Amino acid sequence: MTIPTSSIEQVIPGQGSMAQPESGKPAKAKRQRFRFVTNKKAATGLIMLSIYVLFAIIGPWIAPYEPDARSNDLIQSPSGAHWLGTTHLGQDVFSQLLVGTRSVMFVGFVAGIVATVLSVIIGVTAGYLGGKTDEGLSALSNVFLVIPALPLIIIITSTLESAEDWLIALVIGLTSWSWNARVLRAQTLSLRRRDFVDAARATGEKTWRVIVFELMPNLTAVIASGFVGTVIFAVLSEITLAFIGVTSSTTWNWGTILFWAQGQQALAQEAWWWFIPAGLAIALLGTALSLINFGIDEFVSPRLRSVGKTKIKTVDGRTVRMRIGFTPVLSNSPAPHTQASPTPVVRKEVTQ
Amino acid sequence: MSKPVLEIRNLNVEYGLGDQAVRAVRDVNLTLHRGEVLGLAGESGSGKSTLAYGMTRLLPPPGVITGGQVLYHPEQGEAYDVLGLSDRDLRAFRWAETAIVFQGAMNSLNPVHKISTQLTDVLRAHRPEMSEAACNDRAREMLKLVGIAADRMDAYPHQLSGGMRQRVMIGMALILQPQVVIMDEPTTALDVVMQRQILSQLIELRERLGFSVVFITHDLSLLVEFSNRIAIMYGGRIVEEAPAAAIYRDSLHPYSKGLLGSFPALRGPRRELTGIPGSPPDLKGMPSGCSFHPRCPKAFDPCSGNIPVLGRPDTPDGPTRSVACWLHPTEQPVG
Amino acid sequence: MKYLLQRIAFYLFTAWAAITLNFFIPRMVPGDPVQALITKYQGQLSSQAIDSLYVLFGLDKDKSVWEEYVDYWSQLLHGDLGLSFTFFPTPVSEIISTSLPWTLLLVGITTIISFFLGTGLGVLAGWRRGSWADGLLPVTTFLSSVPYFWLGIIAIYLLTGPDSFFPSSGGFDNGLVPAWDQYFIPNALKHSLLPALTILISSVSGWILSMRNMMVTVASEDYITVAHAKGLSDRRVAMSYAARNALLPNVSGFALSLGFIVGGTLLVEIVFSYPGIGFQLFQALGAQDYPLMQGVFLIITISVLVANLIADVAYLLLDPRTRKEG
Ligand SMILES: Nc1ncnc2c1ncn2[C@@H]1O[C@H](COP(=O)(O)OP(=O)(O)O)[C@@H](O)[C@H]1O
Ligand code: SF4
Ligand SMILES: [Mg+2]
Repeated sequence: MTIPTSSIEQVIPGQGSMAQPESGKPAKAKRQRFRFVTNKKAATGLIMLSIYVLFAIIGPWIAPYEPDARSNDLIQSPSGAHWLGTTHLGQDVFSQLLVGTRSVMFVGFVAGIVATVLSVIIGVTAGYLGGKTDEGLSALSNVFLVIPALPLIIIITSTLESAEDWLIALVIGLTSWSWNARVLRAQTLSLRRRDFVDAARATGEKTWRVIVFELMPNLTAVIASGFVGTVIFAVLSEITLAFIGVTSSTTWNWGTILFWAQGQQALAQEAWWWFIPAGLAIALLGTALSLINFGIDEFVSPRLRSVGKTKIKTVDGRTVRMRIGFTPVLSNSPAPHTQASPTPVVRKEVTQ
Repeated sequence: MSKPVLEIRNLNVEYGLGDQAVRAVRDVNLTLHRGEVLGLAGESGSGKSTLAYGMTRLLPPPGVITGGQVLYHPEQGEAYDVLGLSDRDLRAFRWAETAIVFQGAMNSLNPVHKISTQLTDVLRAHRPEMSEAACNDRAREMLKLVGIAADRMDAYPHQLSGGMRQRVMIGMALILQPQVVIMDEPTTALDVVMQRQILSQLIELRERLGFSVVFITHDLSLLVEFSNRIAIMYGGRIVEEAPAAAIYRDSLHPYSKGLLGSFPALRGPRRELTGIPGSPPDLKGMPSGCSFHPRCPKAFDPCSGNIPVLGRPDTPDGPTRSVACWLHPTEQPVG
Repeated sequence: MKYLLQRIAFYLFTAWAAITLNFFIPRMVPGDPVQALITKYQGQLSSQAIDSLYVLFGLDKDKSVWEEYVDYWSQLLHGDLGLSFTFFPTPVSEIISTSLPWTLLLVGITTIISFFLGTGLGVLAGWRRGSWADGLLPVTTFLSSVPYFWLGIIAIYLLTGPDSFFPSSGGFDNGLVPAWDQYFIPNALKHSLLPALTILISSVSGWILSMRNMMVTVASEDYITVAHAKGLSDRRVAMSYAARNALLPNVSGFALSLGFIVGGTLLVEIVFSYPGIGFQLFQALGAQDYPLMQGVFLIITISVLVANLIADVAYLLLDPRTRKEG
């Protein structure tokens, strides 16, 4: 693989001795956004995620059985009738998995949106306004950051009378914004020192306009990555809550499946089909989201990108890896690369 | 002219591989003589740093050296090609023979180690036979040499001012008494007074210790004052090379003239600030022929079609200088 | 020193916030679980115990919230966390003090091992980019997305059984009495191997990834090029220059992600019925044992705060820039 067209100029390190002057506003925002999708990791993650979204939408319709429907096929291993086997009540695990996707995605995205909105409001405000506002808001996010979130979520949801999906999403969203707020604050602080923001402020633009039109476009990647991270966390939290039986055991999500599997000794009965698919579904969703985030990370900081072609054949016949400190020498012949042109026939006399 | 210490022959450096490669240094020929200060000037982006790091194989990926030789003449013994050294020999060569003071001197020091550690680890790597006490003495001596109190040995980089850090780097560069010291814009981040102070100190040290200096800057006026000879780079090539006074008095290449016009000289008669219209060439899509021709006020017929090669001009002082411009047909190419 | 004092002040503030949160949460509990309990155990409860529950749950309608709050604090400061419903009438503080050591040892030690192991592998993966170590990345990504508890289930499924070396649950064999002797310690170790392995495998990937990324980022700093230019050995450049600097953000990351890690590890205890804090929380949830839940939450929070403080001290020792002269 050769280095893709776009990567050369991005590979230039942002700092380092050969840093290019950081000039004003990133002009090529549009083209860059398109480039993000060409990142292999991000593309893989997005494709995987869209499959999950698809099942979240159509899952309940295409499920072959009602997830609660009992039958006489108790604890059956996978078969043509039950692709992923059945539970102790003869329920179809595959249908439970399909139906459960919607709840998982719903909680993940709603919690992600709630946390992202909060983190943008708190983080950007703190970073942009500075001073006392910043101190207060930073302290608030730091408190939320060090209080262990999952136990807090467990305690809060256990006191809720009805643990419906949207309520759980809300609780998760309200307790997990702090990390993103912190990152956004730092990013805003560094952006605020750049020329184009100064320029906008100098021309007397209103604060909210500067934030929305000058800052936000440059925070997109950070916000997106924070959102994706929160979705991962929210999905894991929701599943955990269901698994330990805090939330209703009748709304189906993958945690509910694991809750019943664990409670009904699926392990002792060797009913692997009962707990493996749900766990894999979680892990693959998590992988998809992480891949998207790696894509974003590499997009924001090109240094992380795995360097296209890393192995090169050098002059002494060895194949070496490109690495800092020992630049590969592809040839050390002293012959010039440019052929000397013949001296042109015309010579201007009056040049000096 | 004294004997050469470093000879660069047709050095070519590219960033990236294959079609997408950016050719940042093209067929550069340059000779550094023993004990001289060779200035290297050019607009930013002209490939000065790439040349400096390329000759010691310190380019960051995706930089690769695609051709050329860097001949080093040790004080005794045969000359050898630095680019042909094994990793192990190259490690031994580095700093002991050529030391570098980097462009980003502010970040050149490891923030988590004391100055003393960073000075002495060079000694420990290159002079394993030296005792701990001897290493420390030597480090202290170097600090004194560059005008830093010995009690700053135990300071961390963040406790030093920018100027002091730069002096520490210079001291560190001299600690193994190398033959060649390469300085890449060593003073750009400092204020003018500090710049001159450090530079005069460096020149004085050079007279005392006898090393050669490659001094890189985009500030030609500094070079005119501090260096013996000056090479001008444009678009990855050396376009003119001559004694400092000759460059200042009658530079032959229109680009050199433009550069001189861009900076007010600190001494001597005032000159008009003319600057150079246009912007540096895009290395991916170099103009044909002389890469300066779109900006050159004197461009004529052959300029856009043929690349002028660096050679001796047919001027009276021709043998001491070289230039790559069709205005000055060259006798024989240099290199 | 000033830095450390600031951090301590911050943690005290956070502890205060967590305790206050803990004070208000039970007041949102619908219905009246305590009243029901009190009626059920009528006669068996000492009047002092009833008082304590009243304070905890704000049942005393005559008092203002502020008075309740003051009472709550004085009760806390006396180490009184109320009585557990599940193990009635054992005080919550007693349950916690028997289960806390289990968690501290299991989670504490594995988390530290995981941090060092992951950081070490991350250094390798980041320094030798494009080598075999990069091949680890997809695997680590997958593993870091797996819920801890599910990995525990798989481990039990695959590795335990009637004639397996690994016990599938508990912290020690039924017949044994906890003591520091040659029967109990090896047995307890054996029981903790699988939970520890589970935590290790699912948490180590995070450290590998973050350390690798930090190494890659640091590797293009100027001082690394200088270190190469100085002709130092590859090892010295990698360790003393690159890894040493890349470690800093990883250590602060360690402090910040402790809250997340602890949450996950509690679940491992549940899966393995390991007699630690997490398992107690699980039992408390099942029985709606609010005093125990609150107590567990409080103790987890405080442990995390203390661990954070320790990580801060480590950072202080590692980064000269945070140390002020004098
Ligand atoms: N890491 C890099 N990757 C790709 N191109 C680079 C890199 N560093 C420098 N270049 C290119 O090489 C050219 C020369 O850069 P440089 O040697 O830093 O110039 P100078 O030191 O004269 O300012 C620049 O125009 C830049 O486009
Ligand atoms: S060769 Fe032509 S274009 Fe180039 S510098 Fe000389 S006169 Fe100008
Ligand atoms: Mg430069």
